[in-house]
Amino acid sequence: MIRSWPLRVAIATIGVWLLTALLAPLLAPHDPLVSFTPLLAPLSSDFPLGTDLLGRDILSRLIWGARPVIMLSLAATLLAYAIGVTAGLVAGYRGGFVDSVLSFLSNIILSFPVLVLYLIIIVALGSSNLNVIIAITFGSAPAVFRILRDITTSIAKRDYVAAAVTQGEAQWRILLVDILPNAAPQLVADFCLRFGYGVMMVGALGFLGLGLPPPAPDWGGMITDGRALAFAFPYLVLVPCFAIASLVLALSVVGDTIGRIRQ
Amino acid sequence: MTPVLSVRDLSIALPLGARRRLAVDKVSFDLRRRETLCIIGASGSGKSVLASALMAALAPGLAVVDGNVALGGISLTALPEPALRRFRGNRIALIPQDPIAALNPLMMVGRQIAEVLEIHGKMDAATRSRRAGELLVSVELAVPMANRYPHQLSGGECQRVAIAMAIAMDPDVLIADEATTALDTLTQAQILALLARLKARTDHGLIFISHDIAVVASLADRIAVIDQGRIVEIAGARAILDTPQHPVTRAMLAATRPLAPRVLGPAAEPILAATGITKTYGEKIAVANASLTLAPGETVAVVGGSGSGKSSLARLLMRLTIPDSGIVTIAGIAFARAPRAAMQMVFQDSFGALNPRRSIGTSITRAAELGGADRAKARIRTNELLTLVGLSTADYARLPASFSGGQRQRIAIARALAMQPRILICDESISGLDPVVQRQVLALLNDLQSRLDIAILFITHDLRIAAAIADRIIVMQDGRIAETGDAATILSAPQSDYAKALVAAMPGG
Repeated sequence: MIRSWPLRVAIATIGVWLLTALLAPLLAPHDPLVSFTPLLAPLSSDFPLGTDLLGRDILSRLIWGARPVIMLSLAATLLAYAIGVTAGLVAGYRGGFVDSVLSFLSNIILSFPVLVLYLIIIVALGSSNLNVIIAITFGSAPAVFRILRDITTSIAKRDYVAAAVTQGEAQWRILLVDILPNAAPQLVADFCLRFGYGVMMVGALGFLGLGLPPPAPDWGGMITDGRALAFAFPYLVLVPCFAIASLVLALSVVGDTIGRIRQ
Repeated sequence: MTPVLSVRDLSIALPLGARRRLAVDKVSFDLRRRETLCIIGASGSGKSVLASALMAALAPGLAVVDGNVALGGISLTALPEPALRRFRGNRIALIPQDPIAALNPLMMVGRQIAEVLEIHGKMDAATRSRRAGELLVSVELAVPMANRYPHQLSGGECQRVAIAMAIAMDPDVLIADEATTALDTLTQAQILALLARLKARTDHGLIFISHDIAVVASLADRIAVIDQGRIVEIAGARAILDTPQHPVTRAMLAATRPLAPRVLGPAAEPILAATGITKTYGEKIAVANASLTLAPGETVAVVGGSGSGKSSLARLLMRLTIPDSGIVTIAGIAFARAPRAAMQMVFQDSFGALNPRRSIGTSITRAAELGGADRAKARIRTNELLTLVGLSTADYARLPASFSGGQRQRIAIARALAMQPRILICDESISGLDPVVQRQVLALLNDLQSRLDIAILFITHDLRIAAAIADRIIVMQDGRIAETGDAATILSAPQSDYAKALVAAMPGG
């Protein structure tokens, strides 16, 4: 299973995008914000993917665009995990009132279509890096909470937790030493999938003009910019679409494989 | 008479890297019709692999490397899978170890029995369901039971249904792999009696696989003792039981004999006193008005069938479950104000009782720290305890998964002792182990008790174990204490009906 070729391609894809984001200043042939003439230049050795409506090098914008997409979605996923895991551990272990309140809140949030939720938050808070992270975290944390809560409830019934209780172990140590490490393997797959989902959402927000303020390079924004001319110059749209799709797909394949290995 | 099943020089290889090369090593035996052959071995001896080889259903990674299994003259080892499917469940059938897991939870049991008939037979639906009813009767269940789902049946009833499925096609050979191990003593005795009656009525050969030689004594015509994949001794049941030749057989038999009776000291002030412990879940009574005392250095066994409330009682005493009413005091101090370290518990499932992601040394050290030792002292105590329970200090950093069941149980005991408790509650702590390993753990507990003067409350479904270690026995039934008394008195002159039934059902008694 670990040797299957889709998994290898997926891992390689993720690796390439991470390196791209990391080494953007070294890899990009041009400044992503500088306009060149002619506008909408065709593919050439100078501009391997051509230039856009404003004469900016598309390849350079793609390379620089990897940074915000990966950073925002990773930060949002990590933050969602920090919140979801903490609340899930406490609710799952303590049960009772705390659990009822937290579960009720998470169900309310989960009952909204996520994109609508994002729009409400971004429109209310304004569009900025931080607000994109807040919006995605707000949508994801309840789902992480629910997973953790259920795993915790089942692990809390194990005898090694009972043993820790009879030893008079502090509650936070039971959560961190006995429960969390045993829940962790079940979270890895979800983390990958959720990270991929975050990438897609950052792209979607960018596309709706709610991502990074222009002229910052941003994959979702690049699609919006090119949309009007998509029929005449399809690569304006196809290149950023391909970037988003490849990263999301790769993360899904990795998450899926980890999930299957665990079964 | 020609044998119905004939095994010749059967060898089965384990995957590379296993503890030994062959799971089953040149095993040969014959089974005749109407004969019961019991195969006895410790866990890891290869007996279950042998059972699956006889069904020609080896787990992936295992392979027959040599030898032959012939059923009525046809070699099963040579047949391809589709042909084997006509034999399995038809000419050779298995009674599973865990019947509850073996039955489909979403299908009524009558339908499941009829399904066996449908797969192998040509009867029409009406005949099948009538025959399923007859089969239920033959395993001594009522016909209306057919319309129940497995979760509505007890463990013993599920096992009867599984037996009905196994005998549905009137097979030549019936294989029972630890078929009564998961059942409590009374139910186990009933299933064994059923198998004996079935044997008298039908003409199949029965292979009964078990780790417990006492259980099979009443059933076996012949006994084969398997160790490290080899049959070390095979002979008539009486010969094996009366004049065992091989050291392994002797050790197994020795493990079934009662230990020397304990010498009781003068009655001391109780260290643990529980009064009127009650816990109900809605209509269901878990424990009703249970009271008991336990003195330092004393061992009290709580005996009862499954559902008798004995494990609930343990958890209530430990306050892992909060009782509806009742008082627990430790050395005269109310439980809530007594130090938690004073009373510790050794759980039933030694695997579930140890955090799988924490090295055993860390687990024990942490317990010692919580018991009041500083880090350095806790380390030292851990190493002492590891040695005390027969492990090595080199095992400190290993994870629970790398130990056997008996070793894990000893680790759990070490962890409980690390807190230097005055009371140890053992909840079915050795029931999952081989009798020989059980003996080792019991000897360890005995030894610890005489050295440390701990009081032990030992919860078990097995009267034999209770008899082996307890000063006093408490018999529980339906959440109530049915009888309390000296171990010797209860065993020789039980008063309550339930205690009488338990004594009568004692295997090898």
